[in-house]
Amino acid sequence: MILAKVVGTVVATRKDPRLESQKLMVARPMDPGGKPEGVYLVAVDTVDAGVGETVLIVSGSSARMAAGMKDCPVDAAIVGIIDLIEVSGA
Amino acid sequence: MQVARVIGDVVSSHKNPALQGLKLLVLQPLGAAHEPVGRTLVAADAMGAGIGEIVFFVRGREASFPWLPAEVPVDAGIVGIVDHFDVVRSGRQS
Repeated sequence: MILAKVVGTVVATRKDPRLESQKLMVARPMDPGGKPEGVYLVAVDTVDAGVGETVLIVSGSSARMAAGMKDCPVDAAIVGIIDLIEVSGA
Repeated sequence: MQVARVIGDVVSSHKNPALQGLKLLVLQPLGAAHEPVGRTLVAADAMGAGIGEIVFFVRGREASFPWLPAEVPVDAGIVGIVDHFDVVRSGRQS
């Protein structure tokens, strides 16, 4: 899984029927210190995250295992809202 | 699978119900000389690892297999704690 910050939403009228009523968010991956890294990605939101929140994103086929996404054509899902990241000095 | 050091943990109280009870740790993948290589990631812990330990983890859907038959939405999972690892270099060193 990767840490990311939600930076926006996606609205799509025409999409795969299995994506209907799914909330799509734009997220920017980040390191545990909060520094942005990598490219923006679009993820299905399963936990009602909001713009500005730090979230946990699962990618690949595992994304479909999140609740209510059986057989959905997705490869990234927001599965948690992060309260706290603790990183040791090492 | 890849070797990594556990460098931190993540707390999330609002999460997908299938993730309830899982321990989530921040991993830094390591190279042959135990140096950090590549980006950090968050992995589910099936082994009881702690911060500072060296572990090996699996990526992809297989990461959820330790919790079968439950289907947990994880794409990286710690499946072993490393006691020690060495890389024997053959040939010339550059």
